[in-house]
Amino acid sequence: MTRRATPGKAARYGMIIDLDRCNGCGACMIACAVENNVPPPDAKATPRTGLNWVRVFRVETATRPAFVPVMCMQCGDETPCVSVCPQNAVDVDPSTGVVGQIPERCLGCRYCMAACPYQARVFNWRDPQWPAGMEQALNPNVSARQRGTVEKCNFCHGRWHAAVEAAANEGKTGSVSYTPACVEACPAQAIEFGDLNDAAFAAKARAAGAFRLLEPLGTGPKVYYRTGRAEVRGAVSGLIEEAKNGQRS
Amino acid sequence: MVSALDRAWIPRGVVRAPLTRFGLWVGLWLGVFAVGAYAMYLCLADGLFHTNMDNRYVFGLWIFLDLTVIALGAGAFFTGFLLYVLRKKELKAVINSAVVLGLICYSGAMVILAVDVGQPLRAWFTYWYPNAHSMLAEVTFCITCYLLVLCIEYVPILLKNRRLRGIGGYLVFEHELHKLMVVFALIGTLLSFFHQGSLGGLFGVLRGRPFAFREGFAIWPSTFFLFILSAIAAGPSFIALTTWLVEKISRRRLISAEAYDTLARISGKMLMLYVLMKSLDTLFWLNQTAPARGFPAHRFYEFGNFGGWTLFIEIVILGLLPGLALIHAPLRAKRPVLLAAALAACAGVTLNRFVLTIQTMALPTLPFDRLMSYWPSWQEFAAFGAVVAYGVLVYSFSFRYLTLFPQERELTRAELMQRSQEA
Repeated sequence: MTRRATPGKAARYGMIIDLDRCNGCGACMIACAVENNVPPPDAKATPRTGLNWVRVFRVETATRPAFVPVMCMQCGDETPCVSVCPQNAVDVDPSTGVVGQIPERCLGCRYCMAACPYQARVFNWRDPQWPAGMEQALNPNVSARQRGTVEKCNFCHGRWHAAVEAAANEGKTGSVSYTPACVEACPAQAIEFGDLNDAAFAAKARAAGAFRLLEPLGTGPKVYYRTGRAEVRGAVSGLIEEAKNGQRS
Repeated sequence: MVSALDRAWIPRGVVRAPLTRFGLWVGLWLGVFAVGAYAMYLCLADGLFHTNMDNRYVFGLWIFLDLTVIALGAGAFFTGFLLYVLRKKELKAVINSAVVLGLICYSGAMVILAVDVGQPLRAWFTYWYPNAHSMLAEVTFCITCYLLVLCIEYVPILLKNRRLRGIGGYLVFEHELHKLMVVFALIGTLLSFFHQGSLGGLFGVLRGRPFAFREGFAIWPSTFFLFILSAIAAGPSFIALTTWLVEKISRRRLISAEAYDTLARISGKMLMLYVLMKSLDTLFWLNQTAPARGFPAHRFYEFGNFGGWTLFIEIVILGLLPGLALIHAPLRAKRPVLLAAALAACAGVTLNRFVLTIQTMALPTLPFDRLMSYWPSWQEFAAFGAVVAYGVLVYSFSFRYLTLFPQERELTRAELMQRSQEA
């Protein structure tokens, strides 16, 4: 599901993830990897050295487990990874609000990874390799990254770029509507993508039961989570009060 | 022939180990260096998957030890500052050794950093596209400049070599350069203040890591100032320790008891000041900074082996106690006490750097994530071993052929005279 933003204005793209719908199938992870030319893991790779732009955590609660997809939160306030990069390889696009990573400029110092509270950034520990023939399936709109650089979710920048081009061909400028791969692939329709400058989408993001991860850090994440279960909110939000409420319920 | 050539390069009036023994010593460390160089080659040629770092432990053994050796190497700039600016003449006995140690620590750290980054050939990007807001950019600039200053400070020591000083113009150049040392000492102090501080700032500014994040003054978090203080507290202790170690290995007396006492006294005073500031900072962080960011501080100490003992050991056992021992004249007059306290001071700084790098990486920030452990690969150990070997080799050659301890000749003469009188 994608909402259209007001034409002619800069966008502030964000996501709303319904934790009550997510069943942890991992389709978002696969779709993300295929869309963004993430190479298949090497035989010696571990979950800790993999290149998942989206990770789905299984969170145990008092009742039944919840599944929490975590990707780059596209932090909007004093973005932690932007100010630390020594060579300006990380920036926030003012026209989309998306935090961009420039792999061609990345030194591979990994300071941005240390700065990210969501651990949403991954490092290319080895050369990317695709099995013979699989390179034919690479997405031509997304450049592959090389060894020794950091990468992360960018809300499918390739798709955004294609949408901007298509809009420009129709003579339109400003915010465009498009759908990231994970949103498209989710069989439970647990992920919504839209423009937080759109009043209706923003209201939905801030509706009762919605929260963001680690809000007290003040990083202004643009990924919102939603659940009707207090124990899930308590276990996932990181808010002490929520956790207490969750334990009581 | 080789032996005669060797003797001709050794400074007059000092006694050095026979060439064969020196050759064995060099050979041993060359072996360590070769293994480490191979490990570095693997990481550079194949990738950093040869290490046990991962997406969580983005900083590992190398960054932890880099921070440690740079802190210990602070003895170079601080001794220079004390000698040339504050005129502590008794430190002339160790200044040359301090410069060599500083050069080794900083150049070694740079080499390891070059292996640690994923794209070392892009290192120049930091100079070309610097992010003025990044502490790491400041560290890169200051360390590069300070390494240059250390190289310049090393030149007069090199040119004073018995054979080199005979070459026309070298001695004059050395003399003229030496007159500028006060300028280089001041430049080195300024640069060192900023990069030692910025290394602390690296972690203090991590607003997404409440365990490391600290409030501060203007743009600098408190860790900026604590790193400077801890480095200048441990630096003189490290010089005292290394001098004692060289004395033991070479079986020579190299500096007077007065020089040891000065180093220990300064180290003790700075350590006490550091312990006070660190304690205040920790109290503020425990009660104010961390809770305000949604993390009651006790949570940090509920994981695995990272209990509150780290704080107690760092501040009390390896901070307050050695500080007290070093500022108390009768205690530091006893050489074993002085050495144990100096060792504890260096260990305290090492633990502080460990906590800020490894513990920060280990602790989860997401409420549903967990603590993770890390053990370095053999390539990580070996690569650092190569840097240690490089340091030992540079120091060994410098000690053998250059005058690192100006008091040595006088002390050797006195010792020889005493022996002949006894005979």
